[in-house]
Amino acid sequence: MAADLDHQCDLVVTALEAVADRLAEEKSTLTELDSAIGDADHGANMNRGFQAALEQVSESDADDPADLVKTIGVALVSEVGGASGPLYGGSIMSASQELEGGITADSSVAFAETYLETVESRGKASVGDKTMIDALTPAVHTYKKSIEVDDTEPLEALAKAVDAARRGVEFTTPIRAKKGRASYLGWRSVGHQDPGATSTFMILEELLAVAAEELDGDLEGEVDAEADVDPAELEGESDESGPTGETGGGGSEAESPSEGDD
Amino acid sequence: MKKLINEPDRVVDEMLEGMVAAHDLRRLDGTEVVVREDAPVEGKVGIVSGGGSGHEPTHAGYIGDGMLDGAAAGAVFTSPTADQLSEMIQACDGGEGVFCVIKNYEGDVMNFETAVEMAGMESDVEVESVVVDDDVAVEDSLYTSGRRGVCGTIFVHKVAGAAAHRGDDLEEVKRVAEKTNDRVGTMGMALTSCVTPEKGEPTFDLSADEIELGIGIHGEPGTERTDVMSADEITDHLIEAVLDDLDLESGAEVATIVNGMGGTPLMELYVVNRRLQELLGEAGLETWDARVGDYMTSLDMEGCSITVLELDDELKELLAHPAETPGLTVAGER
Repeated sequence: MAADLDHQCDLVVTALEAVADRLAEEKSTLTELDSAIGDADHGANMNRGFQAALEQVSESDADDPADLVKTIGVALVSEVGGASGPLYGGSIMSASQELEGGITADSSVAFAETYLETVESRGKASVGDKTMIDALTPAVHTYKKSIEVDDTEPLEALAKAVDAARRGVEFTTPIRAKKGRASYLGWRSVGHQDPGATSTFMILEELLAVAAEELDGDLEGEVDAEADVDPAELEGESDESGPTGETGGGGSEAESPSEGDD
Repeated sequence: MKKLINEPDRVVDEMLEGMVAAHDLRRLDGTEVVVREDAPVEGKVGIVSGGGSGHEPTHAGYIGDGMLDGAAAGAVFTSPTADQLSEMIQACDGGEGVFCVIKNYEGDVMNFETAVEMAGMESDVEVESVVVDDDVAVEDSLYTSGRRGVCGTIFVHKVAGAAAHRGDDLEEVKRVAEKTNDRVGTMGMALTSCVTPEKGEPTFDLSADEIELGIGIHGEPGTERTDVMSADEITDHLIEAVLDDLDLESGAEVATIVNGMGGTPLMELYVVNRRLQELLGEAGLETWDARVGDYMTSLDMEGCSITVLELDDELKELLAHPAETPGLTVAGER
């Protein structure tokens, strides 16, 4: 068990590195989106927060994934600031408790749900308000349904969730903002893609890539649940790697919702 | 724009150093949190607040006997981060729990909520809070869902602080704080924009012959931009909005604050107060306590706000309870 947890910790770090790299790359894209309808600091804030998280995680002696994920949350809370700090970091922090005992398909669903609930209650926003929730909600619901109802393998479930998040991001462009700074613009916010939904999607996409690597899934390049994921192969992979495989996929997923908050 | 500062990003840090050097305050290491020198006070509910800097003497200026035990200072006009608020909450717990006075801004509310959760993970401190939303000008604003928290917060600090000081428990402190928030209304206006240290130029443009009514404390837009008016005309507008909101019956007793936004001479604030008291008298209201000065500022903005609190015997007793802080002192029973 200890070896498994060690391995899961390594995976959390790998996922965090992937997310931090991606957000560093997309810094100006996110800031551009935010300058259209917000206060133009989303890219810089997210980059600063995740770089700090990397630093603190590398100094951490946590030996179980729940503590490590909590460390990421606390780092984001102290470095991101504003409303994004509590939304992204605080929600990861609360949700990290769900990972106690290790990352499994079940605990990753619990993590994702707690993360979403925390974002909703703290941000007092819901689907259609033009916020990160528009990407997060379909992703979490899709993940949960895939795992719990459709009995889908975690990697494929995550791929479906990422696809749902992508559609959620697209949905934010034509609608009017009702929460956050953008809401002050009213109808003038129409036509702009929401930066928080966008960063949430980017984080999920990186988590999927790491999960795919871990589970040896064939997910290179474009992520598309329908086209690129071969359920049979995933199933075989998962069976082979056993609990490690499942924890890996679940782990990334679990982490993704937490990091995806905006 | 000329400013009496060194580096813009050191303003908050150096301001706090100066405050600690002047008053009976202690700074928590490595934070922008200031607490009473003797915090935590054993056996007393801790009262804490916090928010962006630039509103001085809010918040650290109200630390002392009978008011706050701790205050966290964010960057200028920016909420303090949750980890610092969490440290403050834990540092002010004298065993009876901690009460947070939060102004209704999204960043403040979310960071306090997260802080309470963090404090709960690290200790078993009991925490309650009130979200102050006294601004009658706008329902939603650039920074808020719902009404903004502005100068009425000072009354909430005073009432909650007095209740804790006389030995009330956490639940009772929360009750009187909420009661105060329910009975207080504020409306502000600006003659000029403020200039944040970082930006170095006015936050918004207001020409020499214009004023803005219903403004917030961060230079966020108000309800109406009009031609310059006389002090009496401005006071009429402000008090009309506040009284409409409070809907007081003739004969009610009130406490008032004419608050300067940071750049207005006391002379002008007293001129406003003169008209305010005249109008309250005409409305059949009795002013039991009237305060005039800089209580909740917006850097160097010229302008003022008017706050009215409807009183009852309980609130009168709590307002009259002794307090000794840099920003407000009450000598005691009268």
